[in-house]
Amino acid sequence: MSRMEFMQGNTACAEGALAAGCTFFGGYPITPSTEVAEHMALKLPKRGGVFIQMEDEIASIAAAIGASWTGARAMTATSGPGFSLMMENIGYAVMTETPCVIVNIQRGGPSTGQPTRAAQGDMLQCRFGSHGDYGIIAVCPASVQEMFDLTAEAFNLADRYRVPAFVMSDEIVGHMRERVMLADTVETTPRRPLSPGRLPFEPGEDGVPGFPEFGRGHAAHVTGLTHDERGYPDATDHAAHEKLVRRLYQKIESARREIADYEVTNPDAEVVFVTYGPPARTVWQVMHDLSDPAIGHLRLRLVWPFPEFALAAFPDAKVFLMPELNMGQISREVERHVDVPVVSLPKLGGELHTPAELKRALEVHR
Amino acid sequence: MSAADWQRIDRLPNIYCAGCGNGSVINCTLAAVEEMGWTRENTVFISGIGCSSRAPGYILTDSLHTTHGRALAFATGVKLANPALNVVVFTGDGDLAAIGGNHFIHACRRNVDMTAICMNNQIYGMTGGQGSPTTPRGAISTTTPYGSAEPVFDLAELAVAAGANHVARWTSYHVKELMAAIATGLQTPGFSLVEVMTQCPTNYGRRNRLRQVSDMIEHLRTHALLVQKRDRLIREGKPIPEGMFVVGELVRRHRPAMGVRA
Repeated sequence: MSRMEFMQGNTACAEGALAAGCTFFGGYPITPSTEVAEHMALKLPKRGGVFIQMEDEIASIAAAIGASWTGARAMTATSGPGFSLMMENIGYAVMTETPCVIVNIQRGGPSTGQPTRAAQGDMLQCRFGSHGDYGIIAVCPASVQEMFDLTAEAFNLADRYRVPAFVMSDEIVGHMRERVMLADTVETTPRRPLSPGRLPFEPGEDGVPGFPEFGRGHAAHVTGLTHDERGYPDATDHAAHEKLVRRLYQKIESARREIADYEVTNPDAEVVFVTYGPPARTVWQVMHDLSDPAIGHLRLRLVWPFPEFALAAFPDAKVFLMPELNMGQISREVERHVDVPVVSLPKLGGELHTPAELKRALEVHR
Repeated sequence: MSAADWQRIDRLPNIYCAGCGNGSVINCTLAAVEEMGWTRENTVFISGIGCSSRAPGYILTDSLHTTHGRALAFATGVKLANPALNVVVFTGDGDLAAIGGNHFIHACRRNVDMTAICMNNQIYGMTGGQGSPTTPRGAISTTTPYGSAEPVFDLAELAVAAGANHVARWTSYHVKELMAAIATGLQTPGFSLVEVMTQCPTNYGRRNRLRQVSDMIEHLRTHALLVQKRDRLIREGKPIPEGMFVVGELVRRHRPAMGVRA
């Protein structure tokens, strides 16, 4: 039975993972994400799962990747400094096509920055932070309910595309308390196993290979080196490298319509807010206050792969306004897909934009 | 099955240089695994980066060739998520003691049920012969062209201090003893470190007056001091000869362990 509760975003994130069947959590304490680990430490052992506090964030994601190869749905959670430490092994998960979920409760950076204040400063890092070319999937919850729903969905996306999936949340949603409907179980897309006769890294038509789970007699060799479809290193052949990297990139980019998750409000609008994460909440207030059909809102629940076609839902748009808790990281992505002005509205320091600030921006730019 | 049945024949020839000691270590490991009655289905080899860490790629089981220094952290995830799998880690002195030092001591402390085999050739071989935390003082490497000025790590003693249930050190000369030590490690619930002093003729020997492979192996043989003999010297108040390293079983105990199959 589903149940209604009043809880914190980070706890809802952990509950979403549990509902999705997550059985392994490797983590390291860091503000403002620690409650995710604490809730998993409380719940996982009673369900026959494994919680382990590792010696650092590098080890945390390493353990999650290792667990994933045994077939487990595995995750870790962190914030900026820990996220930076994870970058090399995130690239390893990409290269080895290891499904895993990485939660980043973003805080102000760079460096130690503002441990207890929200930011969205890691949006490009999650997409491009590890070396080399690749694609990943990233969801952005704007409410406690979405912490539950989108964390669960991240596991499906990770398994479906054999890729790390990121829950790019922040201190505001992570520490906010709201009413949330907790489903006991959620719809799960199981990881597609390796078919008999197929090679461990031989892609299907969708570019995604079946998963050769450890302990099933596949004798799969998994390496971060450039490899062929057998999984064998082939690190000097230019064609082998190009084929692999193009596939890792394309299997995500070519599926972006299927992966996309967004909301369109007032598609006939001339001035359109584009948001992800909690800045949407200020926009909701502004639209409630002004009740003006000429103001539109594109809310991205999923930012990577970027759904540029969603911008076309506003054919009359004369300007896009982008309130972000960073210096305009995603506004540049929007800019390169539209012919009308894109106005970045950065907000730093840990607070959301106020409705008054966004109303002022409307007056200036419409 | 025999030890040869564990090898990926289609990956030969391997990357190892002529005279490299790693082949002896891999052979001893496969013989010990075979002796345990483990199967290709329930055994996983895991490694980091370096010459030693290429070993899992030549073995016909599930294998995880991971990032530099992190093999033990990946292995912890594999073993805890599925304790039915037998986990063996191949690593080297740079991988384990330098970049992976923190994971090393915590793996010993947690005592997760696995066996780590460290091929200690006292040099970064794959990158062309740079000094490592086990390069002897005075030894020449490409980053210590005037002789290494740094004191070395004793990896086996470090593992004992950090809590591993089984720690042994042998050399690529002592193949029978090495095989027995690895078998003991595989049998021991908890974390086992088997450190193997081994030769890198290409990037260590030729710069350190050990130009022949046989000279290197002879060097290993003559500089190995049995742990029983060391203890006797200590009891008798006699000095331990300089330049020697201790071989034998340093500890076998039953501290609480993690990931042990029920």
